[in-house]
Amino acid sequence: MKDAKRKWGLLPAALLLVLAVGCSSSGSSTSSGSSPKETDSKPAPAKDSGDKGAATTAKKTITITYRDDGSGEKGTLYKWIKDISTEYPNKDVEIKPTPIQASEGDYFAKIALALKSKDTAPDIVTEDTFMLNSDASAGFLEPIDDRLKGWEDWSNGSFIEAMKKGVTASDGKVYGVPYNTDSRGLWYNKEIFKKVGLPEDWKPKSWDEVLNAARTIKDKAGSDVVPMWMNLGKATGEATSMQTYEMLLYGTGERLYDDASKKWIVKSQGINDALTFIETISKEKLGPPLSKVLNGQAGNTANREYLPKGKLAISLDGSWITGNYLDNGAAPWPEYKDVLGFAPMPTSKGQAPGTITLAGGWALSIPSNAQHKDEAWDFIKFALNKENTKKLVISSGNITVRADVAKDPEYTKMPFNEIATEYLKNAEFRPAQDKYPEVSTQIQTMVETVATGTKAEDAAKKYAQDVTRIVGQNHTLEK
Amino acid sequence: MGGVPISTPYWRRKNITWIYFLLPSIAIMLLFFIYPILLTFFYSFTNLALTGEAAKELQFVGLDNYTRMFQDPTVRVSIWNTLVFLIGSAVIGQQVLGFLIALLMKHKNKTFRRIIGTVVLAGWVTPEIVCALCLYSFFGDEGTLNAIITSLGISPVTWLYTVPMLTVILANIWHGTAFSMLVFQAALDDVPSEIEEAAVVDGASKLQILFRITIPYIKETITTNMMLVTLQTLGVFGLIYAMTGGGPGTATMTLPIFMYNQAFVNYQLGYGTAISLLLLLLGIVLSLFYIRSLKE
Repeated sequence: MKDAKRKWGLLPAALLLVLAVGCSSSGSSTSSGSSPKETDSKPAPAKDSGDKGAATTAKKTITITYRDDGSGEKGTLYKWIKDISTEYPNKDVEIKPTPIQASEGDYFAKIALALKSKDTAPDIVTEDTFMLNSDASAGFLEPIDDRLKGWEDWSNGSFIEAMKKGVTASDGKVYGVPYNTDSRGLWYNKEIFKKVGLPEDWKPKSWDEVLNAARTIKDKAGSDVVPMWMNLGKATGEATSMQTYEMLLYGTGERLYDDASKKWIVKSQGINDALTFIETISKEKLGPPLSKVLNGQAGNTANREYLPKGKLAISLDGSWITGNYLDNGAAPWPEYKDVLGFAPMPTSKGQAPGTITLAGGWALSIPSNAQHKDEAWDFIKFALNKENTKKLVISSGNITVRADVAKDPEYTKMPFNEIATEYLKNAEFRPAQDKYPEVSTQIQTMVETVATGTKAEDAAKKYAQDVTRIVGQNHTLEK
Repeated sequence: MGGVPISTPYWRRKNITWIYFLLPSIAIMLLFFIYPILLTFFYSFTNLALTGEAAKELQFVGLDNYTRMFQDPTVRVSIWNTLVFLIGSAVIGQQVLGFLIALLMKHKNKTFRRIIGTVVLAGWVTPEIVCALCLYSFFGDEGTLNAIITSLGISPVTWLYTVPMLTVILANIWHGTAFSMLVFQAALDDVPSEIEEAAVVDGASKLQILFRITIPYIKETITTNMMLVTLQTLGVFGLIYAMTGGGPGTATMTLPIFMYNQAFVNYQLGYGTAISLLLLLLGIVLSLFYIRSLKE
């Protein structure tokens, strides 16, 4: 009896041993043991064969990761990748879309996690240019300067020169090839403008003119029309920082970051002016209802619902919103070309250069943990040639980064494309600093608190404290 | 070798084979529970980040994350909100409401018990995120609640904006009350009816019976349930995140939401883990408090 008991007693111990051994061996193979060696050895022969230009026998799979907003196989990027990969001349590689389904903010966190490991990194990743520098500093991306030297299109003026700034990190190296960009301005509903007696061809010269137009609309257009929409909440993330705050701040002549001294500006007249503008909008009730603007759906509410239904007069937003109104868009609205106007955002007092816009955009990058870097680069060159980028920007409603596409009649006949591309002349970029994404979340907090009633100066003070904590006392500047 | 006396090992003499049976659980606890906590503890002293320069090189930053935490006014707001949410939805809401429902159902007929039980259980069996979306559309600007009150001639209220904390508290009560109800039902069924009947004979009122007999009799259940409900509520994330995202402003920012924002929106994993330890500490302190009051 006792023996039997002991025998059974040993069973769990034996099981445990198996469990422990199993865990430790599998643990080591995924973390530090054989896996990196294995993956290291994989790209090596690929590189050799690539250098010799000889076709490899086995078909290689090039994975492309991008953000899927839930449209799946109906998504613009998915269709574009499928479309151009059938035309891709090198039949030895297979192009495979590997989308990440996420909200815009979550996408950046998810790719950061994916790029960290050789097991999960794709061969090509779509990077928002504002995250590019941060991901480059983290060592997630491969610099492509040497590869670019051998690509004619890059150096012969096919790309708009200013757009190269967006993919150059603070170390001076290029980490991706841009494929689209955008500009920002004031979308307005001409029908409402006509009704209240404002010019249908509107070109405000200063902030006061913008505010006065909004006041006129508030007085005359009726209570169900929102005079002016700006993204004001934390929930709309980067849209709040870029479309609202930075469009205002840069219009005062001030910047977020001083390139000469390499310091973040935490106190300035420009910050106060920008916040005062937001304060005015909220105090005089010229903006959207707070319950509508402080959630993640705010952008969609404004562009897909309010603007087409004539419930919104002016919207400070990006050039891409017309993508919603195309036949394949989220809110088809064929009359948009006649109803909408797109006015440039004036500088605060109309000072030079008179108007202001910020440019962002996306790029194709090669992760440093990618398995097939050479093949990835070859595909990027093909995907971002004139024809293929044209297809992409036309179907998505974005602006091109290529000068040759910008002149193409097929591109210019799209409503607003020409004018939005023109605004890029005075385009500013967000600071190419790896702390920018974090500073940006502080901007969003600051804007939201002002919109919900905190005094501009108090919000500015808190912003100064928070940014100082993030970048360090030595990297701040007061003006 | 020869000179050493071979004595029977302790475990053979004492027959403690039971330890073998415990070993797997101990191993699993170590691997999946203790180790992650220790790792979290370690990371909370580093500048671990998801991207940016800090993602390349992990640096030990000492108590930086903790000093930052105590200086950050949003942390204070989050602790306060967590406690409000906890007291509102767990202690007052789920606990008291669950007890009252269980009490009302006692001695009632089976059909009545079944109908009420099913209605209350509906909230419990609904997954947290589905529950959040349901209640979001209930409280939303164009939601059911506003549809009802406008049909009564009252002007609509932007519930999620005007009283955000109240909406998430009500949502959590709806979601979780069934648990307390079930626990209390079982406990109330155990209260011997002879004692209650004897009290009735002695002329005690219903309230006297409730406070002098029923509640003291199930005191232990009350405390245990309080602890379970508290710990469940402390970790509520999906419900609040989907309904209000912690906003507007910081109105419904509880510690789990704040922790998520720091780790995955601001990419500061190190700081995020420090906050998670604060949450753990809060859970431990509250549990100890309950355990202590259980012993008394």
